[in-house]
Amino acid sequence: MENIIKTFLLTDLLKGLWTTFKNQKPSKVVTEQYPLARPPVAERYRGAPRLNNHPETSETLCISCNLCALACPEQLIVVTSERNPETKRKDLTTFTYDVSRCMFCGLCEDACPVDALELTQDFELATFTREGQIWDRQMLEEGPLPVRYTH
Amino acid sequence: MAATTLVPPPVQDDTFLDSNELVLNMGPQHPSTHGVLRVILKLDGETVLGADCVIGYLHRGVEKIAENRTYQQFAPYVDRMDYVAAVSNGLGYCLAVEKLLDVEIPPRAQAVRVILTELNRLASHLLWLGTHALDIGAITPVFLCFREREEVLSIFEKYCGARLTTHAFRIGGLQYETYDTFEKDCLAVCDLMQEKVKEYHDLLTGNRIWVRRTTGVGILNAADCKDYGVTGPVLRAAGVPWDLRKAQPYSGYEKYDFEIPTAKNGDTFDRYIVRMQEMEQSCRIIRQAVESIPEGPIKGKVGKVIKPPPGEAYVSIEAPKGELGYFVVSDGSLNPYRLRVRPPSFVNLGALDKMCRGTLVADVVAIIGTIDIVLGEVDR
Repeated sequence: MENIIKTFLLTDLLKGLWTTFKNQKPSKVVTEQYPLARPPVAERYRGAPRLNNHPETSETLCISCNLCALACPEQLIVVTSERNPETKRKDLTTFTYDVSRCMFCGLCEDACPVDALELTQDFELATFTREGQIWDRQMLEEGPLPVRYTH
Repeated sequence: MAATTLVPPPVQDDTFLDSNELVLNMGPQHPSTHGVLRVILKLDGETVLGADCVIGYLHRGVEKIAENRTYQQFAPYVDRMDYVAAVSNGLGYCLAVEKLLDVEIPPRAQAVRVILTELNRLASHLLWLGTHALDIGAITPVFLCFREREEVLSIFEKYCGARLTTHAFRIGGLQYETYDTFEKDCLAVCDLMQEKVKEYHDLLTGNRIWVRRTTGVGILNAADCKDYGVTGPVLRAAGVPWDLRKAQPYSGYEKYDFEIPTAKNGDTFDRYIVRMQEMEQSCRIIRQAVESIPEGPIKGKVGKVIKPPPGEAYVSIEAPKGELGYFVVSDGSLNPYRLRVRPPSFVNLGALDKMCRGTLVADVVAIIGTIDIVLGEVDR
């Protein structure tokens, strides 16, 4: 009897349709209109790299210890420095970071002893050229420019 | 051209030789092969006589890469094998290296590891359910599943900063302490899943189309499962209660109370039911683990430079797809001498030919979906 009801009244199919219908409620819509509304990413998000400057003196925090370059699995960080004869310390000259090969694993960030290199919440890293993906020291310090999409 | 040999089935009668056999190439660009799997089907009309898999389109040489990376540096690469269950991959690799190093993992790290791997099991099964149903023709579940999967992925994002290729664990424990609302978020996901699994049952379990498309399709019995070395939900659906979380507990799984869902027939429908029940069991484990996270350190006594003594270690864990094993050989240097992965997807895919024989072409799609393969893991 139950089977006959099920066969002829299509209760099983209607049950599924009702579930589908229940989720149509506007309050249940979860779609994000991405370029118009930017979803906030988590605080710990591993995105674009940034080379931090000292907030007051705006000198670089990097001590050119080369630990990030050694930690990187893809070996995409190149740090060069020269010895300062007065302070007897290494001064950073160039810092190159190839974002196109980066997999954002966060190992460089973990390796940095002075929190100079940091992966930030920026995630829009598209460029028009491959060369644009190789970030120099200036790019790393300033970060990618915010993009406004229009249509 | 890859060397492919099709073994014809045993000839039953003379008329077989006269039938119109057809060789059909399916994939690698086929939406239902879940990536770049190529299957060469031998058909007699609509009936499948044999299926031959051609793999390797996504080969990246991960095992070779391991030989040129230090132990810590290789950890992000394992996430890229089974990318829908990256956390499980990371756990397996870390456990293998930790076995080589013979370090003890603090209980807090173990509990967080269990929570995250079980959350990952939910994410993996949700993705499987959505795409499997989509292959068979039910379009709604994929949207609902991805909505719930998003909740799990946002926990990963808040915890370790990445959603898919998480790199959540480090050798010796964890890198990141849990964030403030971690426990609350995990329990919220469990509550949500309990409710939503009922919704999926409403959509599919009773549905006559779903039942007819899946019942009796792709049967693999217990003996065949053992012959092919099949593990995971496919094995449990055949009635073998084999789960490494129970059989060889790792990372403190022996502390949690859960059941191994099994089924009898070993067909596609049974595998669906087993995975649905596994999601509920995962929620049970997460609840228990969240309520009993101990305080304490999150990283064991591991130096900055990892240099294991010469030797070898094999550790296998129960990944969402089956037994995921890591075999690491160390020669005492900074890099692994050899690293071998036993991927569950690859081994389970071997049984495709056996499962496909005698079914219809449309069922092949259902069978590929039910094995739950990820081509990144098959090809490595």
